Amino acid sequence: MIRDITLGQYYPAKSVIHQLDPRVKLVTTVIYVISLFVANGIVGYAVATLFLGVVIKLSKVPFKYITKGLKAIVLLLVLTAVFNLFLIDGEIVLWRWGIFRITDQGVRTAVFMAIRLIYLIIGSSVMTLTTTPNDLTDGLEKLLGPMKKIHVPVHEIAMMMSIALRFIPILLEETDKIMKAQIARGADFETGNLIQKAKAMVPLLVPLFISAFRRANDLAMAMEARCYHGGDGRTKMKPLHYESRDKTAYGVVWCYLAVMILVGRYFT
Amino acid sequence: MIRAEGLTFDYERLDEEGNVEEKKRAVDHVNLHIRPGAFIAILGHNGSGKSTFAKHINAILTPTEGTLFVDGMDTKDEDKLWEIRQDAGMVFQNPDNQIIGTVVEEDVGFGPENLGVPTDEIWQRVEESLSAVGMLKYRHHSPNRLSGGQKQRVAIAGVMAMHPRCIVLDEPTAMLDPNGRKSVIKTARKLNKEEGITILLITHYMEEVIEADHVYVMDSGKVVMEGTPKEIFSQVEELKRLRLDVPQATLLAYELKKRGILLPDGILSNEELVDELWRLKSKM
Repeated sequence: MIRDITLGQYYPAKSVIHQLDPRVKLVTTVIYVISLFVANGIVGYAVATLFLGVVIKLSKVPFKYITKGLKAIVLLLVLTAVFNLFLIDGEIVLWRWGIFRITDQGVRTAVFMAIRLIYLIIGSSVMTLTTTPNDLTDGLEKLLGPMKKIHVPVHEIAMMMSIALRFIPILLEETDKIMKAQIARGADFETGNLIQKAKAMVPLLVPLFISAFRRANDLAMAMEARCYHGGDGRTKMKPLHYESRDKTAYGVVWCYLAVMILVGRYFT
Repeated sequence: MIRAEGLTFDYERLDEEGNVEEKKRAVDHVNLHIRPGAFIAILGHNGSGKSTFAKHINAILTPTEGTLFVDGMDTKDEDKLWEIRQDAGMVFQNPDNQIIGTVVEEDVGFGPENLGVPTDEIWQRVEESLSAVGMLKYRHHSPNRLSGGQKQRVAIAGVMAMHPRCIVLDEPTAMLDPNGRKSVIKTARKLNKEEGITILLITHYMEEVIEADHVYVMDSGKVVMEGTPKEIFSQVEELKRLRLDVPQATLLAYELKKRGILLPDGILSNEELVDELWRLKSKM
């Protein structure tokens, strides 16, 4: 069934990581990404691995689930590894064939770069897997709050994101309906080459767009009827509060970053 | 509560330069007065102007001519706009297109959030209004998984949470199955009786207006008939002329009367018809 599609990729579970404030998780992800680029030695990567391992263990999300995200970047991984392997110059040449040669420096960079990318994806997957899309939007709105001063419409962006999340399943269902209706009228979405298939999408997309606009119009009216007038003077039903566990988490994360910087300086 | 004085509204179609190309009068000099706590129905077939009229009460549209007062506030007064919208809530036809939240309770909280109600009170209001429409046990559900009737009740709860004195239901049952339709009308009636909220039900289903206190029938933008349901339904010929269906019991009674059986006017329900027939039989 098309309605059973899980949004984002939230994995429901009761864990410390799930309960953390979304802002903590967003900040942690950013810090983790920075730390990966600070690290440039075995010890640094070992600390990063340990940190990631502990977080995954705490999140109670099955490891298999987390690595799903990696499938999408396999090609990118291989490409970067190959380029790094062949194009980086080093002192000791390990292997040579015509114009191709592999150096110790090349191997080192290729491996570390691959690890960086993999950890980057896994790290951000852990965040999206343990945070509902709604919480994520709320967290972003709150974190980016100061940007309102430079006239970035933070509230509006967050509102659009949450409305999009609400309507994705509805529009999916509608796509399904229109597809069936067009198939019943003899439309063919399956056969033909790429261009023919793209052309076949027109009778699907046009009604879908029209209906989406109509829905948007209705929704805007319904929102206005319920006194929506932007973010000013609006209160929150579920405001974000830092609990003591969030403060602890922040402490841990900053300590981790400090360790990573120190390791990067003294163990290279 | 609601007072319309010569309310007129034209839909204008503009050409590319912004000149009026075509005018269509949707509401034509409507005068009506609705008392607080009443259950009012507005009937009319498609294009009779009933929905256009409804949108005026919430100040989504403002009259071309005439005035509309909601609780003494003129809907043309922009300073009072949010007050009017809080006071007269509105439930629309399509249940999917008026639910904003991704969780039922968040959607109900949307109105109070906009009004700037403190967090604790929002939760209290959400609980109250969800239980008033009998949807409290669905509070953590995603609206996408509810039936049409349930979604519409959530929408009513969303309006209720703003503590309005009046709720306008604009064809709330048009897209629902018979069961959903019944549950929505039952909810509206309950809110009217128990909470004393003025209900303005706009519909083209005759069965739904039987228990209304007062019925207005609209056609081509004008109010053409008004009165209690009994008064309205006793004029079967007139209703037929306006392309409105008459409840079956009323129609049967009307046909029987035409054949010379002495039944009173304005029979609305099956039970009433059966009672009258028994009374007639016992007299024979």
